[in-house]
Amino acid sequence: MTVLTTTARVFRTTAIKLALIYLAALTLASGAVLVYLSQNTATVLRDQIVETVDAEISGLADRYQVAGIRGLVATVDARSRRPGASLYLVTDFAANQLVGNIEELDDRVLAGESGELQRVVYTPIGGGAQRAALVRVFQLSGGFRLLVGRDLQEQQYFRSLLAEAMRFWLFVLAALGLVTWVFVSRRVLKRIDAMTATSRRIMSGDLAERLPVEGSGDEFDRLAIGLNTMLTRIESLMQGLKEVSDNIAHDLKTPLTRMRNRLEEALRQDAAGAGGGGPARMVLEQAIEDCDGLIRTFDALLRIARVEAGSSGASFAEFDAGVLVQEVAELYAPVVEDAGGVLESVAGEGLVLSANRELIVQALINLVENALKYARQDEGDAVRVELRALREGLDIVLAVSDDGPGIADADKERVQQRFVRLEESRSAPGSGLGLSLVAAVARLHGGRLELADGSPGLVARLRLPANREAGEAAGRG
Amino acid sequence: MRILIVEDDREAANYLVKALREAGHVVDHAADGETGHELASSAPFDVLVVDRMLPRRDGLSVISALRAEGNHTPVLVLSALGQVDDRVTGLRAGGDDYLPKPYAFSELLARVEALGRRPRQQDVETRYSVGDLTLDRLSHTVTRAGQDIPLQPREFRLLEYLMQNAGQVVTRTMLLEHVWEYHFDPQTNVIDVHVSRLRAKIDKDFDRPLLHTIRGAGYTIRDTGRDAGGDAGRPAS
Repeated sequence: MTVLTTTARVFRTTAIKLALIYLAALTLASGAVLVYLSQNTATVLRDQIVETVDAEISGLADRYQVAGIRGLVATVDARSRRPGASLYLVTDFAANQLVGNIEELDDRVLAGESGELQRVVYTPIGGGAQRAALVRVFQLSGGFRLLVGRDLQEQQYFRSLLAEAMRFWLFVLAALGLVTWVFVSRRVLKRIDAMTATSRRIMSGDLAERLPVEGSGDEFDRLAIGLNTMLTRIESLMQGLKEVSDNIAHDLKTPLTRMRNRLEEALRQDAAGAGGGGPARMVLEQAIEDCDGLIRTFDALLRIARVEAGSSGASFAEFDAGVLVQEVAELYAPVVEDAGGVLESVAGEGLVLSANRELIVQALINLVENALKYARQDEGDAVRVELRALREGLDIVLAVSDDGPGIADADKERVQQRFVRLEESRSAPGSGLGLSLVAAVARLHGGRLELADGSPGLVARLRLPANREAGEAAGRG
Repeated sequence: MRILIVEDDREAANYLVKALREAGHVVDHAADGETGHELASSAPFDVLVVDRMLPRRDGLSVISALRAEGNHTPVLVLSALGQVDDRVTGLRAGGDDYLPKPYAFSELLARVEALGRRPRQQDVETRYSVGDLTLDRLSHTVTRAGQDIPLQPREFRLLEYLMQNAGQVVTRTMLLEHVWEYHFDPQTNVIDVHVSRLRAKIDKDFDRPLLHTIRGAGYTIRDTGRDAGGDAGRPAS
């Protein structure tokens, strides 16, 4: 599995969508809270400043009334020296600074009447950078002016703190969202992957396999338990079906064989006694032929059952699939030629296959014999059969194509089942088991049988993983 | 030929004994593995026919034991419900040939006779002759009445196997197994086509046919001119 496909898969998950939506919603909500909070705080602070400033102004005005300018200057001087955010300034009629902790201020501020609170920029005593402040000017009798204000540094600092907190909070949120998403998507993906892999194995024939249940009782567990119950039911049904057909095949085969042997014995005695050639002999021979046909059908059925049941029983060996295809082509070429047709084979080199040779031969021959049997629409038609062995990615494909009528799309799956024959009358010889065996052999090797249109004709492709372990790993995803 | 049948199915055994006796062989029967082993090691047989599934001792272990004792009598292994790899395990245990049940008696007879007459050391013979037909294994040439007959490699092997078993019936499955090394039951007449091509080459332009079809059984190569009387006695025909 490459990094790229993993990333692509992660981005396609529902988890990431959910995580992104949550992240957006949370950011919006917390942003609103922060804005509301900072606005409120600003109002409260301003109100507080107004209150303090007003109180001080009225206090200082009283002091002027009582103690005159000297008293006021003394008090203001004392207050100006205290550390804090309070600003004071007293000027005379010529706008000369008498006392205060403001070094410089726009003259226009003081020029006006007693007024409302206003925002100004000033230079604090001792110099330094200009600072913002909220001040109020009060006219005293005698042309004196009193300015009381509050430095805004603190408030600004508080604001920047809030902004900082908000940025930090957003970052934390994003990180949290990311972590949640990674965790959720990984966990979800892991479980989905496990389920997918298991269902693949089940589809490839291992009906005993069950979906993993973690025991946490979450929705995945509930889904797995439900599916597992279904699988158990399917397995028991399949088992029953298999057992019935296998038992029928096995139980009928034995008496059938005995019957065949007795017929053969009768034939021998007939030959020994009468010298052969009588009508009874012909009847006996036909009866034996019929028996052989039945036995072949049962044999095929049992063989499919065995192939489907036992992936462990079959021994695998390495051999060249190209050579095998050439050999089978050589074996069947005369048959096709005698029927007036052509059989060609194309095989790549070095197509080493790890498989059960006997079963692959049987499967390939079933495909060839099918092509011979069904490609000919009318007796005497020349068939053209082509055998190919080629490599496709990690797979080795053994293909048999003919120029016959082919198989309709709707029937391509169905025809791989047992006893399914497309010829409704079932009059032509054959059991309807040939392709079932091929499909079973393909499944045993971790491959599959593909039926495609050759336009004209049918292309039957036996796709097998070149390396069985690799094929299994790919099959499990 | 003296044949020992080790088979527990009474009916199948009776049938086999009877049919093989009719074919002119001397037949003994053992109903379980232990008795089969004792009989096989106490008396000389030409061929043993051993079922795989036997009471008291299974067929394959009987064969392994006989081989370990230095007994090299050819063995035909019979197996009821063959697994995919039955043939391989059967032959690995020391069996010489393998036949899954159910079998046609003609198939069994042909195989038993081929086993019984099999030369112990095959490579000693470098030339086979039937009538005026000669096959030279070293120079890979086939001549009939002094006339060279060119054959394809597979045709050569087909003729070689037939001549190795000259005078005996060789079934289609035996040909498929020994000439092509395939173990399956062909639905079509694929073997017949190959045999008739071979026949066209070795028999067509000559007065006397050597390659004969045995109805319901298979093929045989023999010179009928020399032992014309032998034909009627062939049980498989």
